[in-house]
Amino acid sequence: MRPLIETHNLSKFYNGTEALRNVNMKVDKGEVLAVVGPSGSGKTTLLRLLNLLEMPTAGEVFFDGRDTAWSDAGRVALRRRMGMVFQQAVLFNETVYENVEYPLKIRGRYDESKDLKVKDALKLVGLSGFEKKQATGLSGGEAQRVALAQAMVYTPELLLLDEPTVNLDPRNISIIESVISKVNRERGTTIIIATHNMLQAERLATKVAVLREGELAEVGDAKEIFRKPSDLLASFGRILNVFTGQSYLTEEGTAIIDIGGGVKIEALTTKTGSVTVFIRPEEIIVSKSPIVSSARNMLKGKVEEILDLDQSVQLKVDAARQFTVNITKRSFQEMKINLGSDIYLSFKASSVYIM
Amino acid sequence: MNLILESLVKAFWLIVSFDREVYEIMFLSLRVSGIAVLIGALLGVPSGATIGLKEFFGKRFLVSIVNTLMGLPPVVVGLLVYLLLSTSGPLGVFQLLYTPEAMIIAQLIMVIPIVMGVTISSVSSVGKAIREKALSLGATNWQMTLKVLREGRLGILTALIVSFGAAISEVGAVMIVGGNIRWATRVLTTAIVFETELGEFGLAIALGLILLLLAFTINWILTYLQWGGLRR
Repeated sequence: MRPLIETHNLSKFYNGTEALRNVNMKVDKGEVLAVVGPSGSGKTTLLRLLNLLEMPTAGEVFFDGRDTAWSDAGRVALRRRMGMVFQQAVLFNETVYENVEYPLKIRGRYDESKDLKVKDALKLVGLSGFEKKQATGLSGGEAQRVALAQAMVYTPELLLLDEPTVNLDPRNISIIESVISKVNRERGTTIIIATHNMLQAERLATKVAVLREGELAEVGDAKEIFRKPSDLLASFGRILNVFTGQSYLTEEGTAIIDIGGGVKIEALTTKTGSVTVFIRPEEIIVSKSPIVSSARNMLKGKVEEILDLDQSVQLKVDAARQFTVNITKRSFQEMKINLGSDIYLSFKASSVYIM
Repeated sequence: MNLILESLVKAFWLIVSFDREVYEIMFLSLRVSGIAVLIGALLGVPSGATIGLKEFFGKRFLVSIVNTLMGLPPVVVGLLVYLLLSTSGPLGVFQLLYTPEAMIIAQLIMVIPIVMGVTISSVSSVGKAIREKALSLGATNWQMTLKVLREGRLGILTALIVSFGAAISEVGAVMIVGGNIRWATRVLTTAIVFETELGEFGLAIALGLILLLLAFTINWILTYLQWGGLRR
């Protein structure tokens, strides 16, 4: 199968500084690619080049097998098959309806289902009934959802998203993420999302590309990459629960890792010496009192911060080292956890990933 | 005091009795300034939009020239147009001096930099983000330009109204190139100057009131638009 979008040695310089260097990538139809990397690593530049808003300094972009450099008119035609959502929602100073209708209008043809399409797109992002509102009066999250509706109203084959949920509240983040998954699943829309949020990349992506200083440092299957994140990924990825410590082997063949502050965790590894470990927030069990279980690690800590994530609650726990855990809202309420509550964190030795 | 009262009474009478000369003068003013602004918009908006949207060598210099020309003194414009149109001037063959056409040309020269300058700044303030947004949604360059003009519509409309206000209340240029000829090139401002000098205060005040009324109407429309009449 021919990839939907492909780059060959793509480079972009701005006034002599290299924003992107020799990027070669392929995205197949139906894939969800997360482009991850710290800010300034070239994510935005890459997306702008893919959306044909800028011309590369060197290299080529192929869309559906076609070289995109051939002509201005050709680029408009190809761009009409893609949607782009920018980091900062930009809307026209008119009603929500007119904003979403615009891409259909400029496509010229008479379209009797236009009204239906606009309404469907608004429904998709959960903004039915917002048609007559002025776009300039919307909140940041609503504006971003209108921007998403604008990009989806003409059912593009490729949806490009540049950090679409930065600075949004958890509710809007989860709406936008679920729309992204939905259009990929139900319409087969190919998606490229730039994000520096590892958890988001993990939730959405089937494939991950890591950018570092304008170069593609890693590409791979999302599950593989997140199961064992590399140092590089962890270093900028706001990956939670990453600790470095000294590892030594026990007689049972497991390893004890001293991560400082008197905290020792048991892991399944044969590595000794200095290691970096990572424990997923979802794999930590929270209890109000010590529990007897097969989990080899149990730490006592105090709740320092409670963050409402719409569907779950994230706790930051001071257990001499700071741990982050995710629990459901229901458990959170049933356990009556407050700031300062003493809780126990349990996790298996096999949940400790060595990086 | 009597003189002022008497003149005021006369002025009102001239207005309410639809004095032919007063209304002739008013319509000529409206025609000259209206046509100047219309042509100014047709030339100034597209050229201003082009300058505002395109990046090219010397853009800054060009924009600063346009901005400087926004403050052209009408008398100087009048002098310039006079020299161009006078019989011995380069455009003398058209015999336009002392015609309403000459006055339109003079006001047009005043108006174009205002329309252009404000269009450039509105189009630039609409910003790169809106332009790229339109393009990314599939707009052609032409569709994108229309969208940017629509986004900057308030600024451009303001420019048109401000230039109409400047044109209709300007006296220096029309005086020089029009010559204030009765029934031919006499407009509100030149007539006020002339009647005042003659001591015909009634007529001068009547014309002054009409000019004030026009100026207030223009300001009222402007304020209305800026307060949200054009929000959508």
